[in-house]
Amino acid sequence: MAMNSLLSVENLTVKYGDRVGCRNVGFDLFPGEVLGVVGESGSGKSTLLNAVSGQLPPHSGRVSYKTRLNDRCDIYGMTEPERRFLMRTDWAFVHQNPRDGLRMSVSAGANIGERLMGVGWRHYGEIREAGLNWLEKVEIDDDRVDDLPSTFSGGMLQRLQIARNLVSKPRLVFMDEPTGGLDVSVQARLLDLLRGLVSDLGLSVMIVTHDLAVARLLSHRLMVMQGGQVVESGLTDQVLDDPQHPYSQLLVSSILQV
Amino acid sequence: MSNFENTAYNFAYLDEQTKRMIRRALLKAVAIPGYQVPFASREMPMPYGWGTGGIQVTAAVIGPEDVLKVIDQGSDDTTNAVSIRNFFQKTTNVETTEETAKASLIQTRHRIPETPLTDGQILVYQVPIPEPLRFLEPRETETRKMHALEEYGLMHVKLYEDISRHGDIATTYAYPVNVAGRYVMDPSPTPKFDNPKMNNMPALQLFGAGREKRIYAIPPYTEVVSLDFEDYPFTIQKWEEPCALCGETESFLDEVILDDAGGRMFVCSDSHYCKSRQEQGHSGSQSPDAEKASREVAE
Amino acid sequence: MYVAVKGGEKAIENAHRYLAEERRGDPAIEELSLKQITEQLSHAVSRVMAEGSLFDRELAALAIKQARGDLIEAIFLIRAYRTTLPRFGYSAPINTADMALDRRVSATFKDLPGGQILGPTFDYTHRLLDFALAAEGLEAEQAKEAEEAVDEDVPRVLELLNKEGLIEAAVPGESDESSSVGDLTREPLEFPAGRDVRLQNLARGDEGFILSLGYSTQRGYARNHAFVGEIRIGHVAVEFVPEELGFAIEIGDILVSECETVNQFQGSKKVPAQFTRGYGLAFGHCERKVIAMALVDRALRADELGEEKSAPVQDEEFVLSHSDNIQATGFVEHIKLPHYVDFQSELELVRRLRANALRTQTTLEAAE
Repeated sequence: MAMNSLLSVENLTVKYGDRVGCRNVGFDLFPGEVLGVVGESGSGKSTLLNAVSGQLPPHSGRVSYKTRLNDRCDIYGMTEPERRFLMRTDWAFVHQNPRDGLRMSVSAGANIGERLMGVGWRHYGEIREAGLNWLEKVEIDDDRVDDLPSTFSGGMLQRLQIARNLVSKPRLVFMDEPTGGLDVSVQARLLDLLRGLVSDLGLSVMIVTHDLAVARLLSHRLMVMQGGQVVESGLTDQVLDDPQHPYSQLLVSSILQV
Repeated sequence: MSNFENTAYNFAYLDEQTKRMIRRALLKAVAIPGYQVPFASREMPMPYGWGTGGIQVTAAVIGPEDVLKVIDQGSDDTTNAVSIRNFFQKTTNVETTEETAKASLIQTRHRIPETPLTDGQILVYQVPIPEPLRFLEPRETETRKMHALEEYGLMHVKLYEDISRHGDIATTYAYPVNVAGRYVMDPSPTPKFDNPKMNNMPALQLFGAGREKRIYAIPPYTEVVSLDFEDYPFTIQKWEEPCALCGETESFLDEVILDDAGGRMFVCSDSHYCKSRQEQGHSGSQSPDAEKASREVAE
Repeated sequence: MYVAVKGGEKAIENAHRYLAEERRGDPAIEELSLKQITEQLSHAVSRVMAEGSLFDRELAALAIKQARGDLIEAIFLIRAYRTTLPRFGYSAPINTADMALDRRVSATFKDLPGGQILGPTFDYTHRLLDFALAAEGLEAEQAKEAEEAVDEDVPRVLELLNKEGLIEAAVPGESDESSSVGDLTREPLEFPAGRDVRLQNLARGDEGFILSLGYSTQRGYARNHAFVGEIRIGHVAVEFVPEELGFAIEIGDILVSECETVNQFQGSKKVPAQFTRGYGLAFGHCERKVIAMALVDRALRADELGEEKSAPVQDEEFVLSHSDNIQATGFVEHIKLPHYVDFQSELELVRRLRANALRTQTTLEAAE
């Protein structure tokens, strides 16, 4: 475990009954760093993401996080209120399907404002102002602030989900296939936006994707998973341009052939 | 073989074991203001939704020395209030009254009396849906967790939506409150007009929800704050005219339709309060005296 | 001059008198006796006993008479009476294998030990109005006594399957860390509920609601491929162990209906395939109810059996919170009670919002 890491994962193993979801995974995530996790479906990358983000207690291993107060705490050693508080303030989770991360029955403005109200904001004007600011940042017209998300397009929904998550100024963002299910042109715009936000806000990100192009564009470092284990990791360009493990080579070559 | 004769029921209908069970829940509720205590609500001889929770609470705390007042919509004379009062008269033989100040125990549906309550009095509310988060989150398992973890952001999301849509908080009754700085609580479907009366009330406030099997309480002199935003503060309803019978300007008024040509008047919903003001000589535009005076002028 | 509405007390009294008069109907017509109800409206009596949770035919008949045939009202009367009765203790579990059978059918085997016993069933009647019944005083044809008595030993169908390991063992419920069975007339319903409490809730639940939910499983909302393994209707002995005695004594017998279903099988590479179970039991002759109950019971076991939950019938909170017709009828009907105060509050708000909107509109128009 590196001293200055934001998030440290050690020997993490998750089992579903007798089946292994992921085995002995360890890594450090540093402030401002974007870590990509790639692999085909069933490789254990979503299991890893859920276990690391506090949503799936592991069978063994440890996930620790350095809080704003600079103390390092064990995610699964915390009480549930502490963990839930962390998850809705310092952390954010962007789901593949924006409907899983949004409240579809309340307006866009309320969706963005919820986290603020959850930590005690009690000034309607300020909450609304924050909502409008974030709509602008994610390139949604401000006259949509009172509209229900159900009237939004897929790309807009995903951008709204991102705004709802980032409004609390989290330090660590987990993303599960954030561009999955979107058209290619919509994907490109979203990736651009994400890259801008991540670097402007200095976010640390763990992003799971099966799309190597997304991984290349966003992440500084890359982990390749197969059968629940990390088979290769390193700087993104290094892994993609000169893969060492046969499975990584296969992944990269299958993309190149397309 | 069944006994078809009228069974002599226990004092206040419920058996003593059941009363003790309810009292234990009440003690817990008083100890944790605003927290909803599950209790083994019994079937009562009135339908669920008609005050079975309040009736069980009243039955558990009433004693032979008590003086009971029962109101519905602020009035002692509405049918459901009459029916509940009769029930307790029959099963306890206690003295009943319409006078707020004289009552030691008041069971209410939808109102808090206008006359301020005092030390030693108990106000029992009938509650249909005790969970203030229910219409935001239908699952009991989830709402209990939200209370436990004090995750109340969602409550303000609802108020935010009101303002965005209507320009104002559009909740007029069952307006959520925070009790003693901890639990968010549904004050039962009383109009928000009555919310300020709950704050620091000298009387003990007990809430019973029979169908939903929950009891909660506000001990005397407890802080009760209506949720709001700094720039959209909580306000209560106001009427443009005074009570047509007693001239009161500070009470909650019921609208009475007089004819089908738009004729209407407003009168105090607290019938006893209105009557005692009239007895003290207050009058309004439709008072018998005023009417008489205008008729005399016409003649 | 206006006088506030008064006289609630008087109005209630008068309404009660009018009700009593209507209940009696034309005094020239002979009054119904409780015996007539218990003997001739026995299915109504069964339903009131089952959903009223009290096995007493005469009280049920009285309730039906008093409720003018409104069965939910009759169930309500029984429930309100039952709750005041002293509780001496809990009986020992009844043993339906020892039932004195009126009826026993299985849909899974053509013939089986003990045989198929049709009993008094509507099943193969043609639903033609029998105008002969309209003429009173006709003697009903007597059923002939069977030449052979019912076998002493009629094994349960599901036990026959169980011997081969073809069906899961009957499980008493998830919450059996203690041997005590839950009782939701004494403890508030909490979620997740054990199977014991679920079954009690369904047994007391509204027949129509349970029927519709059961039906929904057959139409694809959480389909569980049920076969009726066995239906049994008949009398069973009720035993009670008084603390002073320490051994069971028989305190009477009751008529019950029971249905056990054999449902879609489960299994994996490691655990060989096995059928699963659904169970229904209720007081009296309530065949429709117990079949539907078994379907709903099986659907509610989704979590335990690792099934995906997608339909209302699998949602424990939804089903158990809405099955009780006494709770439902009270709350649905309570909206007819006065809500003047709440309505006045809404009225005031809507007027104010409309006034504000009109003012804004006028200002805008003036500005243009």
